[in-house]
Amino acid sequence: MIKQLSRCIKEYKKESLLAPLFMSVEVVLEISIPYFMSKIIDHGLNKGNQGYVARTGTLLVFAALLSLIFGALSGKFSAKASTGFAKNLRKEMYHNIQNFSFSNIDKFSTSSLVTRMTTDVTNVQNAYQMIIRVMVRSVLMQVFCIVMVLRINADLALIFALAIPILGVGLFIIITKAHPIFEKVFRTYDKLNRVVQENVRGIRVVKSYVREDREIEKFETVSNEIYRNFTRAEKILAFNSPMMQIVMYACLISIFWAGGHKIVAGSLTTGQLMSLITYVTQSLFSLMMLSMVFVMIIISKASIQRIGEVLVEESDLHSPKDPIMEVKDGSIEFNHVSFSYTGDENKECLKDIHFSLASGETLGIIGETGSAKSSLVQLIPRLYDITEGSLKVGGVETKDYDLEVLREHVAMVLQKNVLFSGTIKENLRWGNPNATDEELIHVCKLAQAHEFIMEFKEGYDTFIEQGGSNVSGGQRQRLCIARALLKKPKILILDDSTSAVDTKTDAKLQAAFLQEIPDTTKITIAQRISSVENADKILILNEGRVHAIGSHEELLKTNTIYQELYYTQKKGGDEHGTEQ
Amino acid sequence: MEQNNKKQNKTMGMGKTIRRLLQYVTGKYRIQLIAVFICILVSSLASVVGSLFTRTLIDDYITPMLSQEVANFTPLLHILMLMGVIYLSGAISNYIYNRLMVVIGQTVQKNIRDDMFTHMQRLPIRYFDTHAFGDIMSRYTNDIDTLRQMISQSIPQMFSSLTTIICVAIAMLITSIPLTIVVAVITGIMILTLKTITGHSRRYFIQQQIALGKVNAYTEEMMNGQKVVKVFCYEEEAKAKFDDLNEELFDKANKANTFANILMPILGNIGNLQYALIAIVGGLIAINGYAGMSVGIIASFLQLSRSFSGPIGQISQQLNAVIMALAGAERIFQLLDEEPEEDEGYVTLVNAVEKDGELVESEKRTGLWAWKHPHGDGTITYAKMTGDIRFFDVDFGYVPHKTVLHDISLYARPGEKIAFVGSTGAGKTTITNLINRFYDITDGKIRYDGININKIKKDDLRRSLGVVLQDTNLFTGTIKENIRYGKLDATDEEVITAAKLANAHHFISLLPDGYDTVLEDAGDGLSQGQKQLLSIARAAVADPPAMILDEATSSIDTRTELIVQKGMDSLMKGRTVLVIAHRLSTIQNSDAIMVLDHGRIIERGNHEELVKQKGTYYQLYTGAFELE
Repeated sequence: MIKQLSRCIKEYKKESLLAPLFMSVEVVLEISIPYFMSKIIDHGLNKGNQGYVARTGTLLVFAALLSLIFGALSGKFSAKASTGFAKNLRKEMYHNIQNFSFSNIDKFSTSSLVTRMTTDVTNVQNAYQMIIRVMVRSVLMQVFCIVMVLRINADLALIFALAIPILGVGLFIIITKAHPIFEKVFRTYDKLNRVVQENVRGIRVVKSYVREDREIEKFETVSNEIYRNFTRAEKILAFNSPMMQIVMYACLISIFWAGGHKIVAGSLTTGQLMSLITYVTQSLFSLMMLSMVFVMIIISKASIQRIGEVLVEESDLHSPKDPIMEVKDGSIEFNHVSFSYTGDENKECLKDIHFSLASGETLGIIGETGSAKSSLVQLIPRLYDITEGSLKVGGVETKDYDLEVLREHVAMVLQKNVLFSGTIKENLRWGNPNATDEELIHVCKLAQAHEFIMEFKEGYDTFIEQGGSNVSGGQRQRLCIARALLKKPKILILDDSTSAVDTKTDAKLQAAFLQEIPDTTKITIAQRISSVENADKILILNEGRVHAIGSHEELLKTNTIYQELYYTQKKGGDEHGTEQ
Repeated sequence: MEQNNKKQNKTMGMGKTIRRLLQYVTGKYRIQLIAVFICILVSSLASVVGSLFTRTLIDDYITPMLSQEVANFTPLLHILMLMGVIYLSGAISNYIYNRLMVVIGQTVQKNIRDDMFTHMQRLPIRYFDTHAFGDIMSRYTNDIDTLRQMISQSIPQMFSSLTTIICVAIAMLITSIPLTIVVAVITGIMILTLKTITGHSRRYFIQQQIALGKVNAYTEEMMNGQKVVKVFCYEEEAKAKFDDLNEELFDKANKANTFANILMPILGNIGNLQYALIAIVGGLIAINGYAGMSVGIIASFLQLSRSFSGPIGQISQQLNAVIMALAGAERIFQLLDEEPEEDEGYVTLVNAVEKDGELVESEKRTGLWAWKHPHGDGTITYAKMTGDIRFFDVDFGYVPHKTVLHDISLYARPGEKIAFVGSTGAGKTTITNLINRFYDITDGKIRYDGININKIKKDDLRRSLGVVLQDTNLFTGTIKENIRYGKLDATDEEVITAAKLANAHHFISLLPDGYDTVLEDAGDGLSQGQKQLLSIARAAVADPPAMILDEATSSIDTRTELIVQKGMDSLMKGRTVLVIAHRLSTIQNSDAIMVLDHGRIIERGNHEELVKQKGTYYQLYTGAFELE
């Protein structure tokens, strides 16, 4: 996982290296300051040497200024490195998602992908910055302090050497004890959010059934769990600061005591004692910072995991090595095709599908909810790979086509069709970015959309809100059909795409298709018999199997399911449906 | 001038927020809080004394030993032991206050969280209709969390820093006035630098949040339509647009972080400069023998100056956190200040038995329900609950002066099925919102079993009405639990009977764990149709005398609907039902159909009558019109 992520540092490697490098210069300068200080005290003040004080003092001022410049530069570089890294992470994730196949997309929910690209990336960005700044600084500080202490007095360094492992072990115990509880807290937070989310979304249900008290009870149970665990974890963390203080103070007192003896014995100067104290304090503080960095890294571990999952997710659909770059015609041939979303033979949702369509034919598909109608048509543009059998488009296996070429020629209007925020024109041009205005109008006329578009004040420049919320369901469906038509496809698939269109318009649409695009193979999934009854063939799908296939007349004579549907829908006139 | 006023308002608002927060904190924990402050004081004092101690130690204990014939270490030992005690008490106080603050911070957080949720349950539907979902959610997550951090970390740390600053300032003044002046000047410079840099970084952080919001929105929209992107091979365009937004976010984030990052080295090194300057100035004074400056004084002053600049940086950092947290707290209090749903109803729903032709209240569940109606003169009457709903000239508008329903009058006698037809926005759902009093009518009257619904306790009114909506809104939990939502004490048999009635039993028994299958993410694994069947079962188990079905079967295919319809018909039998449907086939057998247009009933009658009228209904029925 970490490897996957670190590959995204890319062009920010320079900054990622410069930041710690400049940081180390700052640390060296900062460390040298107490060293010069002791010199000032010992050689300058104690000996009354005014010139020495002034000289070394000036040197110190310079050192501080230099340290400031390097520190600031390091800060600048690390900001660029970490935010750049974050940018690349988002970019890599987003680009990889674009390569996802349908089955990859099914694996992740929209909201989880969005969280991964925002919150999780921010966590990693902060952790990365901590590593190249604070961690490097703390470790270096630690090393330099030890070196300085050793230089000043190796004996006293022993005290110090004793303190570090004690503190290290203490910190380790605290972190290992608190961490699992924190993880539990985070998980419980997810639960809490879910309770609130379901409550707010379903508030009408809650209020209708007068279940407010039960909801409050549910919420408070989770809330209490958070309280309990959070308090437990933080109580452990509360040891951190006093432990640190005790070790530091014990260290200081011991150094004073031993140092006092050494000064009396003449093997240590007061100035040296002073700088020793400073180094010890600094070193222990940096150890404390280090422990904070570790806590941060552990917290961001989950985020790293979640980002990694998206980065390593590979599309299971690829264009073959020598792809066929042309779709000859719109013929389709299903040859004993079976399909399962998981590839598991026992969970096949389509079994032994066997039929063919000549180029330009029309096919209607009907069947109950869950009979795998959508799954069937999604195999044609190779949105999923078939599990068994063979599927040919234009006489060639779908697997042998270049994916993009195949999808250019097989246009599909999804059941869950989406418009994007932008003008109508911009939305339509998804089908063909170079389409002229005339072409736009032509397809909209075909899709019976031109009329209502012209009724808008801005016509084709009308702005569509996110999700197409400012047009009606029927209008949205017709825009989506127009968008697909603009591709001039050889095969056009409408997956329940006219459910909100009234029967009259629906009939006009079908007529227009027959007249204007006779060579295009058309497949329509519908709930309404009227939407499919004029098709060359009608396929009844039942629990993933072809229950029957034939023309309207044939089926009406022989098939009971079809008869039942037909007569209930036709009873007393056209069934009228405008779902959603 | 205007800006000044605004500023004042803002600070006043902030003052109020702080006071309310304090009530949460001081309410239960007065004594603990005093203990916390004492402990913070002790712990800061201990560290200040520790800094001062360096001087005393060198000047009064170590240096004199150098001139002694035989060095006497006893005084040094004593003073070190004393220091040990002081340090230890500092560390213990530190632990105590940290420990106390954990409980206080967490309790306050929990109390606010619970208050918020409890209050939210009492808010009218209007609140949920007018507030964005994400906005409500973020109060429970971001806002509360920053608040907790402020209470348990920022405030104690600021108090501790402040104590340290004051103590150190006093100590510095006592130690040496000239050196204190040096420190004061440098501190002034530090504060100025702080102000400039944090001003910049705050500005860029705001811009960063805006850019992040854009990336968020774009990703959300595109991910939602990712399958469309695939079908249209639109990947490259989607990438290009994302890259632009991503680049902008990087730019802002980089700037914001740069300013935040350079703050610490600048502050730290100004501290170092101060250190050097004190050494020079102090050293020169000492050598020239002014003002009794000793090496010890300089040494301890140097130590003090370090303890002085650290807390200033800390306060400045915490100040940002506090401002953010207060903004969050304000949003939380906004929610808590929302007016809850009012309920002046006094007619309640009770179990009853019929004795000698009269209704008598019963403790047990009898299956017979009655409205208990206390009157002004102290008498109580009981009326049988039958599900008779009548509207008399009802007007309604979601906002004043914008009436969306005009003059609605209708009668639904017990057991009747009344259907509403009309385009989106015609007011169908609005009518149902009025019956269970999600909204209150502006004018006219609604009577339920002859009682004005304003007199009925809302909970009892709603309990007597079953509702099945287009949005199924299932909850995470088992299928059984979800159906039982309609009647909490329903037995397993009742649950299964209800599922059978709704035709859900078949698919449930095919699931791996049957009725114990756990639904996650509001039933994401089920098809929309299956979810609707479950929500119908949920209503069936509640067994109410009247029901509202709002597009309850819209996502079920026509064939399945036929089967569900049978279940629905048996569910509706003997109940008053108000049904909204897009598919006219499902409502043809209604006792009355109301065609709504722009908030008015334009046609009414049963199917045959309306077809004969050849009006709007007829046109809809023959498919000449599209419902939108």
